[in-house]
Amino acid sequence: MTTLPSATRKKLGLVIDLDTCVGCHACVVACKEWNTGGYGAPLSDQDAYGASPSGAWLNRVHSFEITPAATRCKGGQGPAQSAQIVHFPKSCLHCDDAPCVTVCPTGASYKRAEDGIVLVDESMCIGCGLCAWACPYGAREMDAAAGVMKKCTLCVDRIYNDNIPEPDQVPACVRACPASARHFGDLGDPGSAVSKLVAERGGVDLMPEQGTRPVNKYLPPRAKADIDIDGNFRLAELAMPEATGFLGWLDRALERLG
Amino acid sequence: MHPAPSIILFSTLSGAGFGMMIWLGAGFGPSSRGFAFFACGLALALATAGLFASLWHLGNPRRAWRALSQWRSSWLSREGIFSIAALACFGIYALLWAAGQGRFIFPGVCGAMFALATIYATSMIYAGIEAVPRWSKSPTPALFVAYATAGGGLGVTVAALPFTDPPLATLAVSAALLIAAAAVALWWRMRAAAIGLDADGSTPETAIGLPALGRARLFESPHSSPNYLFKEMVFRIGRKHADKLRRLAFGAAFILPLLLLGIAAAMPSWSPVLWLALPVHLAGVAASRWLFFAEAEHVVSLYYGYR
Repeated sequence: MTTLPSATRKKLGLVIDLDTCVGCHACVVACKEWNTGGYGAPLSDQDAYGASPSGAWLNRVHSFEITPAATRCKGGQGPAQSAQIVHFPKSCLHCDDAPCVTVCPTGASYKRAEDGIVLVDESMCIGCGLCAWACPYGAREMDAAAGVMKKCTLCVDRIYNDNIPEPDQVPACVRACPASARHFGDLGDPGSAVSKLVAERGGVDLMPEQGTRPVNKYLPPRAKADIDIDGNFRLAELAMPEATGFLGWLDRALERLG
Repeated sequence: MHPAPSIILFSTLSGAGFGMMIWLGAGFGPSSRGFAFFACGLALALATAGLFASLWHLGNPRRAWRALSQWRSSWLSREGIFSIAALACFGIYALLWAAGQGRFIFPGVCGAMFALATIYATSMIYAGIEAVPRWSKSPTPALFVAYATAGGGLGVTVAALPFTDPPLATLAVSAALLIAAAAVALWWRMRAAAIGLDADGSTPETAIGLPALGRARLFESPHSSPNYLFKEMVFRIGRKHADKLRRLAFGAAFILPLLLLGIAAAMPSWSPVLWLALPVHLAGVAASRWLFFAEAEHVVSLYYGYR
């Protein structure tokens, strides 16, 4: 059924901390690894070792440079800030108003009423690609070998899987993240750890103007300390070696000379 | 957006075929059995050729029948159902007519209505994609209906050539449909040209959820060679020659067929030149459909350094 459920009992999703993400792509690789052997057809690659490799991936990390409106180099007024790099992992946001689901002509795409996960039943998918067109976020990629649409399953075959140890019962990307920048939980429950994190850090939606009501939230980078202000302490000074012996005596003697 | 040949072929040929069904089903054209055979055959051939071309677009065409199930939410599903209903009603109408039983109003009108509904559903597949503002915020349904009715009118006029010298009224109606479609095409183009990727306020900054932080620039792409998203939604091709192609498409789709209609009206002995009008028109429609896709921008491009 490609009509959306009016409400879902849970809203399982991810909270991604753009402050701590270091852009290592470990989540990307862990996702590819798990999902190529898990739910549905393997995530195929084409010309993987050739000149122009391509393949289906369900999670990708873009890196952006953000230049504040008032920068020191422009001699701007107001709070001077340096430009910063933001590493930005992107996967399916499991939207409440998922436009990818309603356009599906076969019923292969659906949003689960019990936990809100958006899934593709690959045995029903005709590979028309319309859902990928409907998604503003580019979260869906066609598998060129199987001719079916692939997307993040929120590791539905891990999170309910009693055959694996409990710490592993989270999406592969969350388990792999070395910076703990990825959090998994029920965003429909205001008391959950992820909901509290979103409230505390001011979690945001991606492209809210597209009207998709994403479940996944992103935590903006925290304000950076202004390292260029005079009087601020300089890291380089901490690294100065302390002179001992003859050089130490010479150092102190010259110091006294003024 | 990727201008897939299968989709361009589908919407061009099926558009003209279902357009012909609208006029034939509504009772236009001569009543001879020969004409019934030829014109209905042409309409059905164009429509089914287009539908088969669209199957070629699918990753798993053998499962295509499943696409008829989700008419509650999906315009693609509705298109499939309407097209089958149109083919069935019009097929019955054409069979009875060609068999000498006359032109029955009920199957004819049903066929015409379902044909019109099919064209509308096709247009809504594109007009319903909010992530492509150029399609969703411009009069895309009017564009598709205008092209199909004009192409259908021209098809019916041309298909009558072996059976009768085209009467002036027929030529005039066909010309009027072409002029109306040309006007809609210009109107659509004017609206579409003013609609950018930011029509809903989407920017690279809102795409990453950080508009408050400053201006975002893609520093490092997530992948080093193009992927599916690139091929389908981000690639920008044909922009350099877009204006030239647009003029050629407009000339072929509207100006040349109008000229040929004019020649046939002024000099009835020259009316066989009208045979050229349909292929020339369809080539023009195909070229403009190519631009419809190639020039459309998808908001996912915002993640790849475009704004």
